[in-house]
Amino acid sequence: MEISSEKQRDMLRLMQTIRRFEERASTDYVAGDIYGTVHCYIGEEAVAVGVCSALNRDDQIISTHRGHGHCIAKGADLNRMMAELYGRETGYCKGKGGSMHIADFDIGMLGANGIVAGGISIITGAGLAAQIEGKGRVAVSFFGDGASCAGPFHESLNIAAAWKLPMVYVCENNLWAVNTAASTTLAVQDVAARAAGYGIPGIVVDGNDIFAVHAATTEAVTRARAGDGPTLIECKTYRHRRHTERPSQPDVRPQAEIDAWMKKDPIDRLVDHLQAQQGQLSVEEWQAMDAEILQQVEDSVSFAKASAFPSPDRVTDDVFAA
Amino acid sequence: MRQISYAAAGMEAFIEEMERDPTTFHLSTDAPPPLVERFGTSRVRGTPIAEGALTGMAIGAAGSGFRPIIDWRMVTFSFVAMDQVVNQASKIHYMFGGQTKFPILYRCTVGGGLRMAAQHSQSPYSMFMNLAGLKMILPSTPYDTKGLLKTAIRDNNPVISFESTRLLTMMGEVPEEEYTIPFGVADIKREGKDVTIVALAWLVHEALAAAETLEAEGISVEVVDPRTLVPMDTETIRASVRKTGRLVVADEAGPTCGASAEIATLVTEDSATFKCLKASVRRVCALQVPIPYSPTLEDVVFPNREKIAAAVRVVMTEA
Repeated sequence: MEISSEKQRDMLRLMQTIRRFEERASTDYVAGDIYGTVHCYIGEEAVAVGVCSALNRDDQIISTHRGHGHCIAKGADLNRMMAELYGRETGYCKGKGGSMHIADFDIGMLGANGIVAGGISIITGAGLAAQIEGKGRVAVSFFGDGASCAGPFHESLNIAAAWKLPMVYVCENNLWAVNTAASTTLAVQDVAARAAGYGIPGIVVDGNDIFAVHAATTEAVTRARAGDGPTLIECKTYRHRRHTERPSQPDVRPQAEIDAWMKKDPIDRLVDHLQAQQGQLSVEEWQAMDAEILQQVEDSVSFAKASAFPSPDRVTDDVFAA
Repeated sequence: MRQISYAAAGMEAFIEEMERDPTTFHLSTDAPPPLVERFGTSRVRGTPIAEGALTGMAIGAAGSGFRPIIDWRMVTFSFVAMDQVVNQASKIHYMFGGQTKFPILYRCTVGGGLRMAAQHSQSPYSMFMNLAGLKMILPSTPYDTKGLLKTAIRDNNPVISFESTRLLTMMGEVPEEEYTIPFGVADIKREGKDVTIVALAWLVHEALAAAETLEAEGISVEVVDPRTLVPMDTETIRASVRKTGRLVVADEAGPTCGASAEIATLVTEDSATFKCLKASVRRVCALQVPIPYSPTLEDVVFPNREKIAAAVRVVMTEA
């Protein structure tokens, strides 16, 4: 399927927004303005943007502990995201969630999640809701290679396949579960091979090639909307940074492996692709786009800093819904 | 008034609420035939034996505008879904800043006495009470079962219904007319003036039997059934104890960090109520052991009417 040059530039803008947002989040985390922990998605942007650009606004996704990319790709507001990281009352969760629990149900983003594999069954329930509702919505689960070894992955794929739920399962295989190599924990070479056990298509794509991700997702979404059930897409990718931004976070990954993957940077690849085509993206246009994005990120920090911390007397609010 | 069983009362609640609200649906490892016949296999599904996934799916469906009902069957099976209960369902409304509601009913049986041994004879509601963000009901009669389940399905939060295995066949009056029972309102099952027994589920009936025996001995017993564990009707319990001056708590679960411990504390930490106490608070609970199989062993584990009556006699004779 042909993707218009305008849409390609939109994809690039979203990918670069994820990167710039997280670079700033990391800086402000190390400076002490953001608390707890921050997991950066940098290097994996083509997966979130490639998948979400193949979805409608009312389609739903669920994220992981590494969730900023999925939020931004689905259309979340940078100001409310940054305010949440800053622990302010204007944040998505009124300062009660932080980096690992950003959600925006209005745009179909059912939340980041601090438990590996914790979201897979939740989004499968959204897929069940979509099937009962019958309006053609699909639901997409993002998770990592580590989660594909956990029970919820297998239980959910079995149910989704048995009931032909309108689901797409997207495994972001970044080759490492914290500091444990996936090659030492996966019983199969490709996570996608596990689809065979559930009688559904399992596809391996280059997760740093946004067009490959987009095309695989488009096909899976078409299949899901047609009532033909779920697809498992494994995106081979890599995180450029350590597991978390904590300065003392160890990183055991071989430098040669890191170097090799840095050369496959998904944003560089899309920029090169656009610049190779006459008139698609000049050097000046790319610089201007990046400057705009940096300004948006700066604005989000200003918004966060100008926002109040939640009042201590709000601490018992929202334990229960009215 | 007509009489129906505790189990039938629960089924009536489901039928009425599923008729009333098309966003309800029912998942369990065996689909109940009366629900399948009425509502079809889209809304009433027999599932794989995957309680973890079902428990999580309820959360996603609830966040998408539905009111799922998940029947774990025995509470035993909820433990394979504890990540979804503890890390997800109980916290998700708060953690996401209250941006959407998660109306879910999780349903299960609790209790022993059926010679089912350790895994299938549990009463672990206090493990769930220890979490913030879950409501829970523990009905003792067919009337309460139906009214509380209807309220639970309409509630906008995750609710766990703990239903007593020993009471499933118990018959009781249930009106034909529509009714619901609000959460957080205890029911005084018997009025009395000398001792308050706060009893849970099956032990409400054992406490009532003990009260009959004790009345013949000249002891007037008040039996309070909290009916919902979260929220707990603290004020009704305290008011009863302020009246009688004595408290016995009867629970089929073990005592350690149990609902019985919570109830005893709610009474003793309130200074106005504490000042009215004429005796120490006593608990009549299961022994703190895994529930054994053989009748000679199981029968000594659980509280019963005799043990409750004995505890009442002790608090009556304390200075």
